[in-house]
Amino acid sequence: RRFFSSIERKPLFDKILIANRGEIACRVMRTAKKLGVKTVAVYSEADRNALHVKMAYEAYLIGPAPSAESYLNINKIISAAKMSNSQAIHPGYGFLSENPNFAELLTKENITFIGPPASAIMSMGSKSESKDIMIAADVPVVPGYHGINQDPQFLKQKASEIGYPVLIKAIKGGGGKGMRIVNDPSEFDIQLESSKREAMKSFGDDQVLIEKYLLTPRHVEVQVFADMQGNVVHLFERDCSVQRRHQKILEEAPAPGLSDEIRMELGAKAVAAAKAVNYVGAGTVEFIMDNVDKKFYFMEMNTRLQVEHPVTEMVTSTDLVQWQLEVASGNPLPATQKDLRLEGHAFEARIYAENPANNFLPDTGPLLHLRTPSPSPNVRIETGFEQGDEINVHYDPMIAKLVVKGQNRTEALGILKRALNGYEVVGLNTNIEFLKSVVSHDAFIAGEVETGFIAKHNEELFRSKETPPHVIIQASLSLILSELQNITNENISPFDPFSPWTSLPFSRLNTNHVQTIRFYDDKEGDINVKMRFNNDNSFDITIVRGGLNPIVFKSVLGSWNEAEQQIIAEIENHRVKSHVILEKNSKVVIFDNEGKRVLKIPEPSYLQSKLADVAGSIKTPMPCKISQVFVKPGQIVEKGAPLVVLEAMKMEHLIKSPTTGKVEKIFYNVGDFVEENKNLVNIVVEN
Amino acid sequence: FIFNCRTKLKPTYHTWHEKVANVLPNNVDNNSDVFKENADKMNILVENLENLINKIVLGGGEAARKRHLERDKLLPRNRISRLLDNGSPFLELSQLAGYKLYTDEIPAGGIITGIGCVKGVECMIVANDSTVKGGTYYPITVKKHLRAQEIARENRLPCIYLVDSGGANLPQQAEVFPDRDHFGRIFFNQAAMSSEGISQIAVVMGSCTAGGAYVPAMADESIIVAKQGTIFLAGPPLVKAATGEVISAEELGGADLHCRISGVTDHYASNDEHALQTARKIVETLNLSKKPDLLIKKPEEPLYSASELGGIVGDNLRKSFDVKNVIARIVDGSRFEEFKELYGTTLITGFAHLYGYPVGIVANNGILFSESALKGAHFIELCAQRGIPLIFLQNITGFMVGSSAEAGGIAKNGAKMVTAVSCAKVPKLTVIIGGSFGAGNYGMCGRAYSPRFLWMWPNARISVMGGEQAASVLAQIRKEAEAKKKGETWSMEEEEKFKKPIRERFEVEGHPYFSSARLWDDGIINPADTRKVLGLALSATLNAPIEKTRFGIFRM
Repeated sequence: RRFFSSIERKPLFDKILIANRGEIACRVMRTAKKLGVKTVAVYSEADRNALHVKMAYEAYLIGPAPSAESYLNINKIISAAKMSNSQAIHPGYGFLSENPNFAELLTKENITFIGPPASAIMSMGSKSESKDIMIAADVPVVPGYHGINQDPQFLKQKASEIGYPVLIKAIKGGGGKGMRIVNDPSEFDIQLESSKREAMKSFGDDQVLIEKYLLTPRHVEVQVFADMQGNVVHLFERDCSVQRRHQKILEEAPAPGLSDEIRMELGAKAVAAAKAVNYVGAGTVEFIMDNVDKKFYFMEMNTRLQVEHPVTEMVTSTDLVQWQLEVASGNPLPATQKDLRLEGHAFEARIYAENPANNFLPDTGPLLHLRTPSPSPNVRIETGFEQGDEINVHYDPMIAKLVVKGQNRTEALGILKRALNGYEVVGLNTNIEFLKSVVSHDAFIAGEVETGFIAKHNEELFRSKETPPHVIIQASLSLILSELQNITNENISPFDPFSPWTSLPFSRLNTNHVQTIRFYDDKEGDINVKMRFNNDNSFDITIVRGGLNPIVFKSVLGSWNEAEQQIIAEIENHRVKSHVILEKNSKVVIFDNEGKRVLKIPEPSYLQSKLADVAGSIKTPMPCKISQVFVKPGQIVEKGAPLVVLEAMKMEHLIKSPTTGKVEKIFYNVGDFVEENKNLVNIVVEN
Repeated sequence: FIFNCRTKLKPTYHTWHEKVANVLPNNVDNNSDVFKENADKMNILVENLENLINKIVLGGGEAARKRHLERDKLLPRNRISRLLDNGSPFLELSQLAGYKLYTDEIPAGGIITGIGCVKGVECMIVANDSTVKGGTYYPITVKKHLRAQEIARENRLPCIYLVDSGGANLPQQAEVFPDRDHFGRIFFNQAAMSSEGISQIAVVMGSCTAGGAYVPAMADESIIVAKQGTIFLAGPPLVKAATGEVISAEELGGADLHCRISGVTDHYASNDEHALQTARKIVETLNLSKKPDLLIKKPEEPLYSASELGGIVGDNLRKSFDVKNVIARIVDGSRFEEFKELYGTTLITGFAHLYGYPVGIVANNGILFSESALKGAHFIELCAQRGIPLIFLQNITGFMVGSSAEAGGIAKNGAKMVTAVSCAKVPKLTVIIGGSFGAGNYGMCGRAYSPRFLWMWPNARISVMGGEQAASVLAQIRKEAEAKKKGETWSMEEEEKFKKPIRERFEVEGHPYFSSARLWDDGIINPADTRKVLGLALSATLNAPIEKTRFGIFRM
């Protein structure tokens, strides 16, 4: 607001449609609401009860769950915009945000596309074209082949010329889709094919480029903004180096360890890049930076508002969605370059439904329990989900973005750690605990970020600590006391409301009840907890773990708060308080000061499936769709041979043969949807 | 709180006085030397009891337990805990059954019985302990099993039998098999209860041989554990002897046979846990709902601590105590509406609440006189008329003796009380908190008067008369006979020598452990647990409707 000087500004739109879902739809609506702009949501059948639908002024159903039939359905979206008399469409990120056809169609329909002109999208959308433009504009680029010759042999030869390792990227690609690292010529063909297939599916174009793959690169990007009057500014850089599966999980602004000189140079090159394509609106110019000499090369320009834009907002005190609305309404940029100042340090942690321990494979499931840290000027939570919602296989598995700001990097990191501790999710696997170990890692604290950060520090990041006794005690107390409360409530009869049978728990004559609870921890094995119920309602608790001496805790007190899902325990004069969630009757999930702990309750043997695992069977690692089958029954396969390609969470996963043998049976066909942990292929080992 | 407020606040309701007037005062000085000495003495008794019980609950020897666990079976007490609702109390019966009764040690009589909640339904659980002599039935085992069934039948509690027994203990067969209240009575009771709509559920978790085979066969629904449970009239050795057929126990009477072919059992369980889970599911289908026919109030804890009971009572039966101090530590809010407070004061009668249930209390405060007996009879009539359960707190040396008492008709007045006690159909619960001697035992609802439950405190004694009196009486008779025959008189030493073994024998046979070992009672309880035990038991009795009473002739 403080940047506005002109009084001759055009009014903003009356009503806009947001052609997106999840947190970004909610994010856009929040600013629109603040500015008095009415919002229209679109939703698929899977999103009927989603937060973005609830937040909108009005909402339109645009099709079934698969995004190709809903959020990518241009006709449905345009007709929703017309029906609702929306003057403009905000595409968010992903989906149609970088689709030039969509932008062009909107222009024809006289609906404003809140984003750059189609021509800019097109130029920057093609990796090879954008590279040529950048070379012409004197922006440094990485060596590589960006030509139209897509002959696999030719590409392989180019790769050899550039020198391994090389990167295969879809020309229209983004978000890591269709991207493959090839370390060795022998892998080239299969990776090329896979990249092309994914590119075709995601972008409808299987053209790829080959680039030099830098060994210790950093991902540094610059937020730029341009208006229709030809003004272009940059809002400084972000470092997005910490990535897994080529997708960012931790971003920060400003990038650590950069001199002002380099910062200014980065900004200038980014502005030059934007000017070269007559850019309008919000864009991000991505550079790859060598961590040693701080040299940077143009990678690509993202012609949209990016996921991580809030970190820039935090350190520049701007509202970039507001800027987008201003620019799209024809107003000049709210600020000039010299108005813009870096202030403080911000982080964004992306909270994903995924399993870091299992190669970060996406997870799906219900958000049985969701508790977030309290928002404040220094803590922002951007999410499109509420407790009870489901993360499903059709869309991106990002649950939320946690954005924090501090006066400096150290302070911001402290706030981030605390906020991550207050983030509780039960029902599916998330990367929250992993994020905590990243932000607590010495190298990260020292600002030594690089794209290979996770691989480099893999061992320390995944080191597991033994479950502390107080966590086991709290889990045991929660189990006993919550069940006790539930059963007591169930058993109280209106005809006999005060029966001592429901008010004298575990009462025994002349002796004390001892109950044994068995937990199972994936790493530690069996944990047996003996709980002796004392006459004064306290427990004597003995923890027995394999190979360790039993530990005894006398007179432990506990009380269970069902409404808060909270256990309060007094263990050796130490009062502790934790949220405890009993998940699907099979796990106890505890959130204490140190984070999330999961203790499994072994399923009774009589409930376990009687069907024993078939030897040599290969199972689906997650819910997925079969996109390719390489083998036929009867075929002899080598160990490591590709068997099946799965598609899940819009990512492809190659399933390789775990052994040498004969394919006995293939259980599914291309196009089938398959649940997690189902047999895919049987392979018989032949002697 | 109440007393403090009374001085500060002006009562505005007339009910205010009602609320305070019935509160028993605290007359106990818990700092006095007598109190402390009494408390110490009682603590020793309670500690001794708990140590003994904690040994008994282990069951058979370590080797037997280990063998049991190695076969993937749960120990019987863990079976019970798994069967019961999590957190349910278990009101165990006669833990001391069989204690020092045989040359063999038979912890808990080889069978665990008691009441617990399954799916909110109070059930009688009868569980064989196969770690004790293979779960075979000694005479006391049979008696304990039958007593559990008697309680179940009187109070309409569904029965769940966790069967794991080798059947009758063969060397003891004469004391186990032939008589009316022997082994066969178990199945008679099952049939009788089933006919009365009291569910009979059997879980076969081990062997069920010969007569034992009828437990699941007579049950309404039965479960068998695969590879563990077997049911047959004759086991493989007997079959081989009889017909020459060679067959394994599993083939002869295992879960597969009985669930798939014979139909002797209804539910197939893969292990103990599964079987107990299934039993819980069965109870859920019983369609039972307990509807006590009483005006229930919100319970209040007593104002005074039950832990003071030991200090009040002590261990010396010759020292008297005011039983009102005991009542004040048992009943809701220590409130007691006394009846005939000023008449026949050696017997205390009055109304109170226990866990919100109304009760009538009859408690001894000295020897019974004609007036006390009349008062007692009157009060029992009141409770029977109103359908209020009765609690007897027994501490009685007997009725008054002597010419004036006899001339006053103590015999017929005592008989009135005995008639009233015998005929009253309301639930009767007895706790022997001190002495239980002579006809006092009758008037105060001793075992022969079929109270629904009867417990003893560890300081209590039970016999036809006190050891000292018995010794004196016998010494007196002997002395007179000797004098007549020889004209000699006994020296003090001689008399003492005669009396000592009598006193000692009465001391042994009157001891609560001796009584409990023979099932003259349903268990020894810590005085501090009295409220809890009475409350659970009273609540259990309310599963049966309270019948109308018809009294016999009261001799006037």
